[in-house]
Amino acid sequence: MPQIVVDDLVKTFRVAERQPGLWGAARGLLKRRHRTVEALAGVSFGIETGELVGYIGPNGAGKSTTVKVLAGILVPDSGRCEVLGRVPWRERVANAREIGVVFGQRTQLWWDLPVIESFELLRDIYRVSPQAHLRSRDELVDMLDMEPLLDVPVRQLSLGQRMRCDLAAALLHSPPVLYLDEPTIGLDAVSKLAVRDFVRQLNRERGVTIILTTHDMDDIEALCTRIIVINEGHILSDGTLNDLRARVTTERWLIVDLAEEDGDVADPQATVISREGHRVCLRFDPDEVSAAELIGRITAGHAIRDLFVENPPIEEIIARLYGEQCR
Amino acid sequence: MTPYWAILSARFRMLLQYRAAAAAGFGTQLFWGLIRVMIFEAFYRSTTSAQPMSYQEVVTYIWLGQALLALLPWNYDRDIHALVRSGNVAYELLRPLDLYWHWYARAVAWRVAPAVLRALPMFIVAGLFFGLQAPVSWASFGAWLIALVGALLLSAAITTLVNISLMWTIAGDGIATLVSTLVIILSGMVVPLPFFPDWAQSILNFLPFRGLVDVPFRLYMGHLPPGDIYGLFAHQLGWTLALVAVSHHVLGRGTRRLVVQGG
Repeated sequence: MPQIVVDDLVKTFRVAERQPGLWGAARGLLKRRHRTVEALAGVSFGIETGELVGYIGPNGAGKSTTVKVLAGILVPDSGRCEVLGRVPWRERVANAREIGVVFGQRTQLWWDLPVIESFELLRDIYRVSPQAHLRSRDELVDMLDMEPLLDVPVRQLSLGQRMRCDLAAALLHSPPVLYLDEPTIGLDAVSKLAVRDFVRQLNRERGVTIILTTHDMDDIEALCTRIIVINEGHILSDGTLNDLRARVTTERWLIVDLAEEDGDVADPQATVISREGHRVCLRFDPDEVSAAELIGRITAGHAIRDLFVENPPIEEIIARLYGEQCR
Repeated sequence: MTPYWAILSARFRMLLQYRAAAAAGFGTQLFWGLIRVMIFEAFYRSTTSAQPMSYQEVVTYIWLGQALLALLPWNYDRDIHALVRSGNVAYELLRPLDLYWHWYARAVAWRVAPAVLRALPMFIVAGLFFGLQAPVSWASFGAWLIALVGALLLSAAITTLVNISLMWTIAGDGIATLVSTLVIILSGMVVPLPFFPDWAQSILNFLPFRGLVDVPFRLYMGHLPPGDIYGLFAHQLGWTLALVAVSHHVLGRGTRRLVVQGG
């Protein structure tokens, strides 16, 4: 049985609609109009121990709602949900002890306390024994390279430093399950890489099950073996990155660096997407023409410095998937 | 350490850092104390009938009040208010804690820390220069300390209930202002309770508020005999437990609404 089970979850919110203008506000006092928003419209998936799943979708797709249900802080209207055999909202406290949660947009540390004191407070809150706490803390401090940050009050940390501390804080009680909600948002390139490396290591070496929601497609490509795409409360796709590509489009991109500037490359079986200095990017359908054949024809007609074939970036795939659903 | 004790002590240590606020509070309370002493002095000079407390007793009572003002449940926790307004209060539920006792522990720290910072200098200054007298006996002193603990537990329970009420009122200050007015008047902070008319005495004696000011202060002065501490402490504790039970229930409803509606 999977570690996390989500079966046909439905969650609707009632949103008060305000009418424009003074007259509208006055009428709103007497009679409120409500609109029902379906945040989750029958979401199902199962996650096995040790999986690293990317959970992606546009803003308002239902990602955070799902994570809140899994964390036990939101009760769904209907459907079944179990984390490690527990129904999160019925056994909120027991569930909270077994999970770690990181929100990129907010910190769980105490703003005025030095990092190390926040950690000690968490030790007491999660009732971790002093020995286990020290072991876990030293390991995390080492992995995240945060020795110099320990005595700094949280409010003085940079965003990248704070995120490292937040990751450690969520993991001090050694939870087998971790939810990461946009952990790289707003981080610089170096910090992003550090966070990614850490998450990968955590998953591979410690076997922590991780659900990662993000808008950063590089995070997804770098980390996730499985991707669940959600939009408007429905799951659009669930599978590996390659499955997703295969479902949306089989097209591949050929990038050619020409020897001469502003050279014109044209082929009846490929379309030029962009042209920039020496570089031309073409898209083609491998079912229609093989890469070898296309490359052969282009190298015969032009002086080429370099060329390579790649998959369309994942942003492109996701955008098409959303577009497909809108149509 | 248990989780709630850890929260209390961390919060307490953090609040001890606010020394500038404590210094400002000390100055204000010293000033108000002098004004109140003058008002009572004028009153005692013009009165001809017998009063329920002597002038010296009233002066001591006033300075005790100025020293321990911060212990009263007179305001709400701005951090909790911010959490409710931003909808982030749901994230409090991520911790493996009972939310009520989490907030109660915060409230205890929040009442004790500023009171400690202000009380010590006030006792020294008012004792040396402004007529604050020592407790009449060791027994009275002991009874006072016990009653102070009772007052703290009660005050934290009222504070927590006011904090919980923030989950329903958006502006926040409505209930908080009402409660603080009730507290200041009915606890005996403005006018000592023995000065109230006879018909009010039995009501005031029943209400929880006298446990905050009237009971500990009069024990200190020996105006209530130290032997009464058992009944008085039971009164404080009884109200505290009743408030805890009610608040627990109200908070349960609040969080249910929160987890159903999503904040």
